[in-house]
Amino acid sequence: MSSIKDIQDEIVSEFEILGDDKESTIFYIMELGASLDAFPEEERKEENIIKGCQSKVWLVADEQDGKINYKADSNTDITKGLISLLLRVLNNRKPEEILNAELDFVSRIGMGSIIGSQRSNGFASMIKQIKLYALAFQTKQNV
Amino acid sequence: MSLNIDQIRGLFPVLHQEVHGKPLIYLDNAATTQKPQSVLDALSTYYSHDNSNIHRGAHALADRATRYYEETREAVQEFINSKESAEIIFTKGTTESINLVAQTFGRKFIGKDDEIIISTLEHHSNIVPWQMLCEEKGAILKIIPITESGEIIFEEFQKLLSPKTKLVSIVHASNALGTINPVKKIIDAAHEVGAKVLLDGAQSTTHLEIDVQDLDCDFLAFSAHKLYGPTGLGVLYGKREILEAMPPFLGGGEMIKEVTFEKTTYNVIPFKFEAGTPNIADVIAFKSSLDFIKGLGKKNIKNHEDDLLAYSNELLTSVKGFIPVGTAIEKVSVLSFNIKDMHPFDVGVMLDANGIAVRTGHHCTQPLMKRLGIDGTVRASFAVYNTKLEIEKLAESVAKIARIKNK
Ligand SMILES: Cc1ncc(COP(=O)(O)O)c(C=O)c1O
Repeated sequence: MSSIKDIQDEIVSEFEILGDDKESTIFYIMELGASLDAFPEEERKEENIIKGCQSKVWLVADEQDGKINYKADSNTDITKGLISLLLRVLNNRKPEEILNAELDFVSRIGMGSIIGSQRSNGFASMIKQIKLYALAFQTKQNV
Repeated sequence: MSLNIDQIRGLFPVLHQEVHGKPLIYLDNAATTQKPQSVLDALSTYYSHDNSNIHRGAHALADRATRYYEETREAVQEFINSKESAEIIFTKGTTESINLVAQTFGRKFIGKDDEIIISTLEHHSNIVPWQMLCEEKGAILKIIPITESGEIIFEEFQKLLSPKTKLVSIVHASNALGTINPVKKIIDAAHEVGAKVLLDGAQSTTHLEIDVQDLDCDFLAFSAHKLYGPTGLGVLYGKREILEAMPPFLGGGEMIKEVTFEKTTYNVIPFKFEAGTPNIADVIAFKSSLDFIKGLGKKNIKNHEDDLLAYSNELLTSVKGFIPVGTAIEKVSVLSFNIKDMHPFDVGVMLDANGIAVRTGHHCTQPLMKRLGIDGTVRASFAVYNTKLEIEKLAESVAKIARIKNK
Protein backbone atom coordinates (compact mmCIF):
# COMPACT_ATOMS: atom_id res chain seq x y z
CA MET A 1 0.00 0.00 0.00
CA SER A 2 1.34 3.44 -0.91
CA SER A 3 2.39 5.74 1.86
CA ILE A 4 0.30 8.64 3.05
CA LYS A 5 2.80 10.94 1.44
CA ASP A 6 2.63 9.21 -1.94
CA ILE A 7 -1.14 9.29 -2.06
CA GLN A 8 -1.16 12.95 -1.18
CA ASP A 9 1.33 13.67 -3.96
CA GLU A 10 -0.90 11.73 -6.32
CA ILE A 11 -3.93 13.82 -5.37
CA VAL A 12 -1.99 17.04 -5.75
CA SER A 13 -0.89 16.13 -9.26
CA GLU A 14 -4.46 15.19 -10.21
CA PHE A 15 -5.63 18.60 -9.10
CA GLU A 16 -2.76 20.26 -10.93
CA ILE A 17 -4.08 18.83 -14.18
CA LEU A 18 -7.39 20.57 -13.52
CA GLY A 19 -5.52 23.87 -13.29
CA ASP A 20 -7.05 27.08 -12.02
CA ASP A 21 -10.54 26.52 -13.31
CA LYS A 22 -12.68 26.44 -10.24
CA GLU A 23 -15.67 24.97 -11.99
CA SER A 24 -13.92 21.88 -13.31
CA THR A 25 -12.26 21.38 -9.95
CA ILE A 26 -15.65 21.31 -8.24
CA PHE A 27 -17.07 19.01 -10.91
CA TYR A 28 -14.19 16.66 -10.22
CA ILE A 29 -14.74 16.75 -6.47
CA MET A 30 -18.43 16.00 -6.96
CA GLU A 31 -17.62 13.06 -9.17
CA LEU A 32 -15.30 11.70 -6.51
CA GLY A 33 -18.20 12.01 -4.09
CA ALA A 34 -20.40 9.88 -6.30
CA SER A 35 -17.86 7.05 -6.08
CA LEU A 36 -17.87 6.98 -2.29
CA ASP A 37 -18.78 3.57 -0.82
CA ALA A 38 -22.38 3.27 0.30
CA PHE A 39 -22.93 4.23 3.91
CA PRO A 40 -24.77 1.74 6.14
CA GLU A 41 -28.31 3.08 6.65
CA GLU A 42 -28.46 1.92 10.28
CA GLU A 43 -25.51 4.22 11.11
CA ARG A 44 -27.22 7.30 9.75
CA LYS A 45 -28.12 8.62 13.19
CA GLU A 46 -27.64 11.72 15.23
CA GLU A 47 -24.66 10.53 17.30
CA ASN A 48 -22.62 9.84 14.16
CA ILE A 49 -23.00 13.37 12.81
CA ILE A 50 -19.90 15.52 12.95
CA LYS A 51 -20.52 18.83 14.66
CA GLY A 52 -19.09 21.92 13.05
CA CYS A 53 -19.87 20.94 9.48
CA GLN A 54 -22.25 23.21 7.61
CA SER A 55 -23.49 20.27 5.61
CA LYS A 56 -24.36 17.04 7.38
CA VAL A 57 -21.53 14.54 7.69
CA TRP A 58 -21.83 11.06 9.19
CA LEU A 59 -18.72 9.15 10.15
CA VAL A 60 -18.24 5.69 11.66
CA ALA A 61 -15.15 3.51 12.07
CA ASP A 62 -14.29 -0.05 12.94
CA GLU A 63 -11.09 -2.01 13.28
CA GLN A 64 -9.87 -5.00 11.29
CA ASP A 65 -6.47 -6.61 11.83
CA GLY A 66 -5.20 -3.55 13.66
CA LYS A 67 -6.25 -1.20 10.88
CA ILE A 68 -9.09 1.28 10.91
CA ASN A 69 -11.85 1.18 8.37
CA TYR A 70 -13.84 4.42 8.08
CA LYS A 71 -17.19 4.89 6.44
CA ALA A 72 -18.61 8.35 5.88
CA ASP A 73 -21.34 10.15 4.03
CA SER A 74 -22.77 13.60 3.54
CA ASN A 75 -25.94 15.20 2.25
CA THR A 76 -23.96 17.35 -0.19
CA ASP A 77 -21.93 16.02 -3.09
CA ILE A 78 -19.01 18.39 -2.69
CA THR A 79 -18.56 17.34 0.92
CA LYS A 80 -18.80 13.71 -0.17
CA GLY A 81 -16.00 14.36 -2.61
CA LEU A 82 -13.84 15.87 0.09
CA ILE A 83 -14.55 12.88 2.33
CA SER A 84 -13.53 10.50 -0.41
CA LEU A 85 -10.19 12.28 -0.73
CA LEU A 86 -9.61 12.08 3.00
CA LEU A 87 -10.49 8.43 3.16
CA ARG A 88 -8.30 7.67 0.16
CA VAL A 89 -5.38 9.00 2.18
CA LEU A 90 -6.27 7.65 5.61
CA ASN A 91 -8.45 4.56 5.28
CA ASN A 92 -7.19 1.08 6.23
CA ARG A 93 -4.19 2.22 8.16
CA LYS A 94 -2.91 1.67 11.66
CA PRO A 95 -4.03 4.17 14.29
CA GLU A 96 -0.54 5.60 14.79
CA GLU A 97 -0.13 6.21 11.08
CA ILE A 98 -3.37 8.17 11.06
CA LEU A 99 -2.48 10.09 14.17
CA ASN A 100 0.93 11.04 12.77
CA ALA A 101 -0.35 11.92 9.31
CA GLU A 102 0.62 15.39 8.09
CA LEU A 103 -2.23 16.26 5.78
CA ASP A 104 -0.61 18.81 3.53
CA PHE A 105 -2.59 17.97 0.38
CA VAL A 106 -5.40 20.07 1.74
CA SER A 107 -3.46 23.30 1.53
CA ARG A 108 -1.43 22.20 -1.51
CA ILE A 109 -4.54 21.87 -3.68
CA GLY A 110 -5.80 25.21 -2.38
CA MET A 111 -8.84 23.74 -0.69
CA GLY A 112 -9.64 27.00 1.09
CA SER A 113 -10.35 28.88 -2.11
CA ILE A 114 -12.18 25.91 -3.60
CA ILE A 115 -14.64 25.37 -0.81
CA GLY A 116 -14.64 28.68 1.04
CA SER A 117 -13.73 29.33 4.64
CA GLN A 118 -16.94 28.05 6.23
CA ARG A 119 -16.54 24.64 4.69
CA SER A 120 -12.84 24.62 5.46
CA ASN A 121 -13.82 24.67 9.11
CA GLY A 122 -16.12 21.74 8.54
CA PHE A 123 -13.30 19.93 6.77
CA ALA A 124 -11.06 20.51 9.77
CA SER A 125 -13.74 19.05 12.05
CA MET A 126 -13.85 15.97 9.85
CA ILE A 127 -10.09 15.45 10.15
CA LYS A 128 -10.31 15.95 13.90
CA GLN A 129 -13.04 13.33 14.21
CA ILE A 130 -11.05 10.85 12.09
CA LYS A 131 -8.06 11.33 14.37
CA LEU A 132 -10.23 10.99 17.49
CA TYR A 133 -11.35 7.58 16.27
CA ALA A 134 -7.73 6.63 15.65
CA LEU A 135 -6.82 7.71 19.15
CA ALA A 136 -9.65 5.67 20.63
CA PHE A 137 -8.59 2.55 18.74
CA GLN A 138 -4.97 3.06 19.65
CA THR A 139 -5.86 3.34 23.31
CA LYS A 140 -7.91 0.16 23.06
CA GLN A 141 -5.07 -1.73 21.34
CA ASN A 142 -2.67 -0.72 24.06
CA VAL A 143 -4.77 -1.92 26.92
CA MET B 1 -40.14 55.60 -16.99
CA SER B 2 -37.65 52.91 -17.78
CA LEU B 3 -34.29 53.19 -16.09
CA ASN B 4 -30.88 53.33 -17.70
CA ILE B 5 -29.38 50.31 -15.96
CA ASP B 6 -25.92 50.70 -17.51
CA GLN B 7 -25.71 54.16 -16.11
CA ILE B 8 -26.90 52.95 -12.70
CA ARG B 9 -24.30 50.18 -12.69
CA GLY B 10 -21.66 52.83 -13.27
CA LEU B 11 -22.48 54.23 -9.83
CA PHE B 12 -21.52 50.99 -8.06
CA PRO B 13 -17.75 50.43 -8.01
CA VAL B 14 -17.98 46.99 -6.40
CA LEU B 15 -19.91 45.52 -9.34
CA HIS B 16 -16.98 45.96 -11.71
CA GLN B 17 -14.75 43.07 -10.76
CA GLU B 18 -14.04 39.46 -11.56
CA VAL B 19 -14.38 36.52 -9.17
CA HIS B 20 -12.76 33.19 -10.04
CA GLY B 21 -11.88 34.69 -13.41
CA LYS B 22 -15.52 35.47 -14.28
CA PRO B 23 -17.32 38.82 -14.21
CA LEU B 24 -19.14 39.21 -10.90
CA ILE B 25 -22.90 38.74 -11.06
CA TYR B 26 -24.20 39.85 -7.70
CA LEU B 27 -27.56 38.24 -6.92
CA ASP B 28 -27.44 38.23 -3.14
CA ASN B 29 -29.26 41.50 -2.69
CA ALA B 30 -31.74 40.23 -0.13
CA ALA B 31 -28.75 39.65 2.15
CA THR B 32 -27.33 43.09 1.50
CA THR B 33 -27.28 45.50 -1.41
CA GLN B 34 -24.20 47.19 -2.82
CA LYS B 35 -23.56 50.88 -2.17
CA PRO B 36 -23.49 53.63 -4.78
CA GLN B 37 -20.51 56.00 -4.98
CA SER B 38 -22.57 58.81 -3.43
CA VAL B 39 -22.91 56.79 -0.21
CA LEU B 40 -19.18 56.04 -0.15
CA ASP B 41 -18.44 59.72 -0.78
CA ALA B 42 -20.78 60.81 2.00
CA LEU B 43 -18.94 58.56 4.46
CA SER B 44 -15.59 59.88 3.40
CA THR B 45 -16.76 63.52 3.40
CA TYR B 46 -18.17 63.18 6.86
CA TYR B 47 -14.91 61.90 8.31
CA SER B 48 -12.81 64.33 6.27
CA HIS B 49 -14.79 67.47 7.02
CA ASP B 50 -17.52 67.17 9.59
CA ASN B 51 -16.55 64.53 12.14
CA SER B 52 -17.88 65.60 15.49
CA ASN B 53 -20.18 64.33 18.18
CA ILE B 54 -23.77 65.38 17.82
CA HIS B 55 -26.38 66.98 20.02
CA ARG B 56 -23.65 68.30 22.28
CA GLY B 57 -21.00 70.97 22.19
CA ALA B 58 -21.81 74.31 20.60
CA HIS B 59 -19.10 74.43 17.95
CA ALA B 60 -19.46 74.64 14.21
CA LEU B 61 -18.57 71.03 13.42
CA ALA B 62 -20.95 69.66 16.02
CA ASP B 63 -23.70 71.84 14.67
CA ARG B 64 -23.03 70.68 11.14
CA ALA B 65 -22.88 66.99 12.05
CA THR B 66 -26.06 67.33 14.10
CA ARG B 67 -27.83 69.05 11.25
CA TYR B 68 -26.84 66.35 8.71
CA TYR B 69 -27.77 63.60 11.15
CA GLU B 70 -31.20 65.11 11.68
CA GLU B 71 -31.62 65.65 7.94
CA THR B 72 -31.39 61.90 7.48
CA ARG B 73 -34.08 61.48 10.07
CA GLU B 74 -36.28 63.80 8.04
CA ALA B 75 -35.42 61.92 4.87
CA VAL B 76 -36.49 58.67 6.53
CA GLN B 77 -39.69 60.33 7.67
CA GLU B 78 -40.40 61.25 4.08
CA PHE B 79 -39.33 57.81 2.85
CA ILE B 80 -41.99 56.04 4.93
CA ASN B 81 -44.32 59.04 5.27
CA SER B 82 -44.49 59.12 9.03
CA LYS B 83 -46.33 61.98 10.64
CA GLU B 84 -43.21 63.45 12.22
CA SER B 85 -39.49 62.81 12.31
CA ALA B 86 -39.53 62.23 16.08
CA GLU B 87 -41.13 58.88 15.34
CA ILE B 88 -37.92 57.72 13.61
CA ILE B 89 -35.38 55.99 15.85
CA PHE B 90 -31.97 54.96 14.59
CA THR B 91 -30.83 51.49 15.63
CA LYS B 92 -28.21 48.95 14.53
CA GLY B 93 -30.64 47.26 12.19
CA THR B 94 -33.90 45.39 11.89
CA THR B 95 -32.78 42.93 14.54
CA GLU B 96 -32.11 45.63 17.11
CA SER B 97 -35.32 47.45 16.22
CA ILE B 98 -37.39 44.34 16.92
CA ASN B 99 -35.49 43.61 20.12
CA LEU B 100 -36.03 47.19 21.22
CA VAL B 101 -39.79 46.76 20.89
CA ALA B 102 -39.68 43.40 22.67
CA GLN B 103 -37.60 44.74 25.55
CA THR B 104 -39.52 47.97 26.08
CA PHE B 105 -43.05 47.77 24.71
CA GLY B 106 -43.11 44.03 25.31
CA ARG B 107 -41.86 44.13 28.88
CA LYS B 108 -44.26 46.86 29.84
CA PHE B 109 -47.42 45.89 28.00
CA ILE B 110 -47.29 42.12 27.55
CA GLY B 111 -47.94 39.89 30.52
CA LYS B 112 -48.84 36.39 31.57
CA ASP B 113 -51.16 34.54 29.16
CA ASP B 114 -51.15 37.45 26.70
CA GLU B 115 -50.60 36.40 23.10
CA ILE B 116 -48.20 37.47 20.39
CA ILE B 117 -48.84 36.40 16.80
CA ILE B 118 -46.12 35.89 14.21
CA SER B 119 -46.15 33.88 10.98
CA THR B 120 -44.42 30.79 9.63
CA LEU B 121 -42.53 33.04 7.21
CA GLU B 122 -40.55 34.92 9.86
CA HIS B 123 -36.82 35.54 9.91
CA HIS B 124 -35.21 34.33 13.17
CA SER B 125 -34.90 37.97 14.26
CA ASN B 126 -38.68 38.18 14.36
CA ILE B 127 -39.01 34.90 16.26
CA VAL B 128 -36.34 34.74 18.92
CA PRO B 129 -36.97 38.14 20.62
CA TRP B 130 -40.61 37.10 21.13
CA GLN B 131 -39.68 33.67 22.42
CA MET B 132 -37.39 35.36 24.93
CA LEU B 133 -40.17 37.71 25.97
CA CYS B 134 -42.74 34.91 26.23
CA GLU B 135 -40.39 32.91 28.40
CA GLU B 136 -39.83 35.83 30.71
CA LYS B 137 -43.47 36.86 30.96
CA GLY B 138 -45.38 33.63 30.54
CA ALA B 139 -46.94 34.99 27.37
CA ILE B 140 -47.87 32.77 24.43
CA LEU B 141 -46.53 32.81 20.88
CA LYS B 142 -48.99 31.90 18.12
CA ILE B 143 -47.99 31.11 14.56
CA ILE B 144 -49.96 31.88 11.41
CA PRO B 145 -49.76 28.86 9.07
CA ILE B 146 -48.96 29.12 5.36
CA THR B 147 -49.94 27.36 2.16
CA GLU B 148 -47.59 25.29 0.01
CA SER B 149 -47.03 28.32 -2.20
CA GLY B 150 -45.74 30.28 0.79
CA GLU B 151 -48.71 32.54 1.51
CA ILE B 152 -50.18 33.04 4.96
CA ILE B 153 -53.69 31.67 5.44
CA PHE B 154 -55.65 34.76 6.38
CA GLU B 155 -58.64 32.88 7.79
CA GLU B 156 -56.32 31.03 10.17
CA PHE B 157 -54.86 34.34 11.25
CA GLN B 158 -58.34 35.64 12.01
CA LYS B 159 -58.99 32.58 14.16
CA LEU B 160 -55.87 33.30 16.21
CA LEU B 161 -56.94 36.85 16.98
CA SER B 162 -58.65 37.47 20.30
CA PRO B 163 -58.73 40.08 23.06
CA LYS B 164 -55.67 38.27 24.44
CA THR B 165 -53.66 39.25 21.38
CA LYS B 166 -51.38 42.11 22.37
CA LEU B 167 -49.10 42.21 19.36
CA VAL B 168 -48.93 40.93 15.80
CA SER B 169 -45.35 41.01 14.52
CA ILE B 170 -45.14 40.04 10.91
CA VAL B 171 -42.78 40.19 7.99
CA HIS B 172 -43.93 42.50 5.20
CA ALA B 173 -42.00 40.64 2.48
CA SER B 174 -40.38 37.27 3.12
CA ASN B 175 -36.60 37.17 2.71
CA ALA B 176 -36.59 33.44 1.95
CA LEU B 177 -39.46 33.26 -0.55
CA GLY B 178 -40.26 36.84 -1.53
CA THR B 179 -43.94 36.56 -0.54
CA ILE B 180 -45.55 39.94 0.08
CA ASN B 181 -47.99 39.65 2.96
CA PRO B 182 -51.40 41.40 2.85
CA VAL B 183 -50.29 43.67 5.67
CA LYS B 184 -53.03 46.25 5.35
CA LYS B 185 -55.67 43.59 5.98
CA ILE B 186 -53.60 42.11 8.79
CA ILE B 187 -53.17 45.46 10.50
CA ASP B 188 -56.86 46.30 10.30
CA ALA B 189 -57.90 42.93 11.68
CA ALA B 190 -55.36 43.15 14.52
CA HIS B 191 -56.51 46.65 15.45
CA GLU B 192 -60.06 45.42 15.71
CA VAL B 193 -59.10 43.29 18.71
CA GLY B 194 -56.93 46.06 20.13
CA ALA B 195 -53.56 44.51 19.23
CA LYS B 196 -50.59 46.53 18.03
CA VAL B 197 -48.77 45.57 14.84
CA LEU B 198 -45.04 45.52 14.09
CA LEU B 199 -43.98 45.14 10.47
CA ASP B 200 -40.58 43.63 9.68
CA GLY B 201 -39.78 45.77 6.66
CA ALA B 202 -36.23 44.50 6.12
CA GLN B 203 -37.12 43.26 2.64
CA SER B 204 -40.14 45.34 1.74
CA THR B 205 -38.74 48.84 2.19
CA THR B 206 -36.32 48.47 -0.70
CA HIS B 207 -38.95 47.25 -3.17
CA LEU B 208 -42.32 48.67 -2.16
CA GLU B 209 -43.77 52.12 -1.55
CA ILE B 210 -44.22 52.40 2.19
CA ASP B 211 -46.67 54.77 3.82
CA VAL B 212 -46.89 54.06 7.53
CA GLN B 213 -49.85 56.40 7.99
CA ASP B 214 -51.83 54.70 5.29
CA LEU B 215 -50.84 51.23 6.52
CA ASP B 216 -51.51 52.37 10.08
CA CYS B 217 -48.86 49.99 11.45
CA ASP B 218 -47.72 50.74 14.99
CA PHE B 219 -44.08 49.85 14.38
CA LEU B 220 -41.90 49.34 11.32
CA ALA B 221 -38.38 47.90 11.49
CA PHE B 222 -35.84 47.95 8.67
CA SER B 223 -32.12 48.01 7.85
CA ALA B 224 -30.16 50.59 5.86
CA HIS B 225 -27.81 48.01 4.36
CA LYS B 226 -30.59 46.44 2.30
CA LEU B 227 -31.45 49.89 0.95
CA TYR B 228 -28.14 50.63 -0.77
CA GLY B 229 -26.99 52.11 2.54
CA PRO B 230 -24.33 51.43 5.18
CA THR B 231 -24.19 48.30 7.35
CA GLY B 232 -24.92 48.31 11.06
CA LEU B 233 -27.68 50.88 10.81
CA GLY B 234 -31.41 50.49 10.96
CA VAL B 235 -34.63 52.24 11.77
CA LEU B 236 -37.47 51.72 14.13
CA TYR B 237 -40.58 53.69 13.34
CA GLY B 238 -43.20 53.86 16.06
CA LYS B 239 -46.31 55.91 16.58
CA ARG B 240 -45.63 58.82 18.92
CA GLU B 241 -48.10 57.89 21.63
CA ILE B 242 -46.77 54.35 21.81
CA LEU B 243 -43.11 55.38 21.83
CA GLU B 244 -43.84 57.88 24.56
CA ALA B 245 -45.50 55.26 26.69
CA MET B 246 -42.54 52.89 26.30
CA PRO B 247 -39.68 52.87 28.82
CA PRO B 248 -36.17 53.58 27.46
CA PHE B 249 -34.19 50.73 25.91
CA LEU B 250 -30.56 51.31 26.94
CA GLY B 251 -29.93 52.95 30.28
CA GLY B 252 -28.29 56.32 30.62
CA GLY B 253 -30.81 58.64 29.10
CA GLU B 254 -32.26 59.92 32.35
CA MET B 255 -28.85 60.29 33.93
CA ILE B 256 -27.72 62.35 30.97
CA LYS B 257 -30.47 64.78 31.77
CA GLU B 258 -28.86 65.59 35.05
CA VAL B 259 -25.28 66.00 33.98
CA THR B 260 -25.13 67.66 30.57
CA PHE B 261 -25.71 71.07 29.07
CA GLU B 262 -29.07 72.41 28.16
CA LYS B 263 -28.64 71.55 24.52
CA THR B 264 -28.05 67.90 25.26
CA THR B 265 -30.82 67.27 27.75
CA TYR B 266 -33.06 65.19 25.54
CA ASN B 267 -35.19 62.51 26.93
CA VAL B 268 -38.11 63.01 24.63
CA ILE B 269 -38.53 60.74 21.64
CA PRO B 270 -36.60 59.85 19.55
CA PHE B 271 -33.57 60.62 21.74
CA LYS B 272 -34.87 58.58 24.63
CA PHE B 273 -34.08 55.52 22.51
CA GLU B 274 -30.72 56.64 21.15
CA ALA B 275 -28.46 56.41 24.19
CA GLY B 276 -24.77 56.91 23.66
CA THR B 277 -22.93 58.25 20.62
CA PRO B 278 -24.83 56.86 17.67
CA ASN B 279 -23.57 55.65 14.31
CA ILE B 280 -23.26 59.23 13.06
CA ALA B 281 -21.30 58.65 9.85
CA ASP B 282 -23.55 55.89 8.61
CA VAL B 283 -26.70 57.80 9.48
CA ILE B 284 -25.46 60.78 7.51
CA ALA B 285 -24.43 58.61 4.54
CA PHE B 286 -27.80 56.84 4.64
CA LYS B 287 -29.39 60.02 3.33
CA SER B 288 -27.48 59.51 0.09
CA SER B 289 -28.99 56.02 -0.22
CA LEU B 290 -32.46 57.41 0.23
CA ASP B 291 -31.70 60.16 -2.30
CA PHE B 292 -30.48 57.50 -4.71
CA ILE B 293 -33.74 55.55 -4.38
CA LYS B 294 -35.86 58.69 -4.58
CA GLY B 295 -33.98 59.84 -7.65
CA LEU B 296 -34.78 56.63 -9.49
CA GLY B 297 -38.29 56.34 -8.13
CA LYS B 298 -39.47 53.27 -6.25
CA LYS B 299 -42.07 52.48 -8.89
CA ASN B 300 -39.41 52.39 -11.57
CA ILE B 301 -37.16 50.24 -9.42
CA LYS B 302 -40.01 47.83 -8.70
CA ASN B 303 -40.96 47.62 -12.37
CA HIS B 304 -37.42 46.76 -13.34
CA GLU B 305 -37.09 44.17 -10.57
CA ASP B 306 -40.47 42.65 -11.46
CA ASP B 307 -39.26 42.30 -15.05
CA LEU B 308 -36.13 40.53 -13.86
CA LEU B 309 -38.13 38.19 -11.65
CA ALA B 310 -40.57 37.33 -14.42
CA TYR B 311 -37.71 36.80 -16.87
CA SER B 312 -35.82 34.53 -14.46
CA ASN B 313 -38.97 32.48 -13.86
CA GLU B 314 -39.54 32.18 -17.56
CA LEU B 315 -35.99 31.01 -18.30
CA LEU B 316 -35.60 28.70 -15.34
CA THR B 317 -38.97 26.97 -15.52
CA SER B 318 -37.77 25.11 -18.60
CA VAL B 319 -34.64 23.82 -16.84
CA LYS B 320 -34.97 20.12 -16.09
CA GLY B 321 -34.85 19.51 -12.35
CA PHE B 322 -35.71 23.13 -11.43
CA ILE B 323 -38.02 23.30 -8.39
CA PRO B 324 -39.26 26.77 -7.49
CA VAL B 325 -39.79 27.33 -3.77
CA GLY B 326 -42.35 29.99 -2.89
CA THR B 327 -44.78 30.74 -5.68
CA ALA B 328 -46.94 33.40 -4.10
CA ILE B 329 -48.78 35.66 -6.48
CA GLU B 330 -47.47 38.82 -4.84
CA LYS B 331 -43.69 38.70 -4.56
CA VAL B 332 -40.68 40.95 -4.29
CA SER B 333 -37.72 40.08 -6.52
CA VAL B 334 -36.59 36.93 -4.75
CA LEU B 335 -36.21 33.67 -6.65
CA SER B 336 -35.83 30.74 -4.27
CA PHE B 337 -35.36 27.30 -5.78
CA ASN B 338 -33.87 23.85 -5.53
CA ILE B 339 -32.46 21.47 -8.11
CA LYS B 340 -33.77 17.94 -8.00
CA ASP B 341 -31.35 15.56 -6.24
CA MET B 342 -28.85 18.31 -5.51
CA HIS B 343 -28.05 20.05 -2.27
CA PRO B 344 -28.41 23.85 -2.34
CA PHE B 345 -24.84 24.25 -1.04
CA ASP B 346 -23.45 22.38 -4.01
CA VAL B 347 -25.47 24.50 -6.41
CA GLY B 348 -24.28 27.66 -4.65
CA VAL B 349 -20.62 26.68 -4.86
CA MET B 350 -21.00 25.84 -8.54
CA LEU B 351 -22.69 29.17 -9.21
CA ASP B 352 -19.92 30.95 -7.34
CA ALA B 353 -17.42 29.23 -9.63
CA ASN B 354 -19.33 30.90 -12.46
CA GLY B 355 -18.98 34.30 -10.82
CA ILE B 356 -22.58 34.30 -9.59
CA ALA B 357 -23.18 35.28 -5.96
CA VAL B 358 -26.32 33.78 -4.43
CA ARG B 359 -27.32 32.74 -0.93
CA THR B 360 -27.85 29.10 -0.06
CA GLY B 361 -29.21 27.46 3.06
CA HIS B 362 -32.10 28.20 5.38
CA HIS B 363 -31.87 32.02 5.14
CA CYS B 364 -32.41 32.37 8.90
CA THR B 365 -35.89 30.90 8.49
CA GLN B 366 -35.46 27.37 9.83
CA PRO B 367 -39.10 26.92 10.92
CA LEU B 368 -40.20 27.91 7.41
CA MET B 369 -37.81 25.41 5.80
CA LYS B 370 -39.10 22.74 8.17
CA ARG B 371 -42.68 23.57 7.20
CA LEU B 372 -41.76 23.21 3.53
CA GLY B 373 -39.93 19.97 4.25
CA ILE B 374 -36.59 21.09 2.84
CA ASP B 375 -33.06 21.72 4.16
CA GLY B 376 -32.77 25.01 2.40
CA THR B 377 -32.89 26.69 -0.98
CA VAL B 378 -30.75 28.53 -3.45
CA ARG B 379 -31.85 32.14 -3.45
CA ALA B 380 -31.18 34.66 -6.18
CA SER B 381 -32.42 38.12 -5.28
CA PHE B 382 -32.41 41.07 -7.62
CA ALA B 383 -31.73 44.76 -7.20
CA VAL B 384 -32.02 47.75 -9.47
CA TYR B 385 -28.53 47.30 -10.96
CA ASN B 386 -29.11 43.74 -12.16
CA THR B 387 -29.63 43.14 -15.86
CA LYS B 388 -31.45 40.73 -18.12
CA LEU B 389 -28.09 39.57 -19.38
CA GLU B 390 -27.17 38.57 -15.83
CA ILE B 391 -30.43 36.63 -15.55
CA GLU B 392 -29.55 34.81 -18.78
CA LYS B 393 -26.13 33.93 -17.35
CA LEU B 394 -27.82 32.69 -14.18
CA ALA B 395 -30.24 30.53 -16.14
CA GLU B 396 -27.44 29.17 -18.32
CA SER B 397 -25.33 28.25 -15.30
CA VAL B 398 -28.25 26.72 -13.41
CA ALA B 399 -29.11 24.64 -16.47
CA LYS B 400 -25.53 23.42 -16.73
CA ILE B 401 -25.41 22.54 -13.03
CA ALA B 402 -28.81 20.86 -13.06
CA ARG B 403 -27.69 18.57 -15.89
CA ILE B 404 -25.20 16.89 -13.54
CA LYS B 405 -28.11 15.13 -11.83
CA ASN B 406 -30.95 15.64 -14.29
CA LYS B 407 -29.85 14.22 -17.60
C1 LIG C 1 -37.02 39.65 6.73
C2 LIG C 1 -35.81 40.00 7.52
N1 LIG C 1 -35.93 40.34 8.81
C3 LIG C 1 -34.87 40.68 9.55
C4 LIG C 1 -33.59 40.69 9.04
C5 LIG C 1 -32.45 41.08 9.92
O1 LIG C 1 -31.83 42.26 9.47
P1 LIG C 1 -30.47 42.75 10.10
O2 LIG C 1 -29.54 41.58 10.06
O3 LIG C 1 -30.04 43.87 9.22
O4 LIG C 1 -30.77 43.17 11.51
C6 LIG C 1 -33.40 40.34 7.71
C7 LIG C 1 -32.05 40.29 7.13
O5 LIG C 1 -31.61 39.31 6.59
C8 LIG C 1 -34.54 39.98 6.94
O6 LIG C 1 -34.40 39.65 5.65
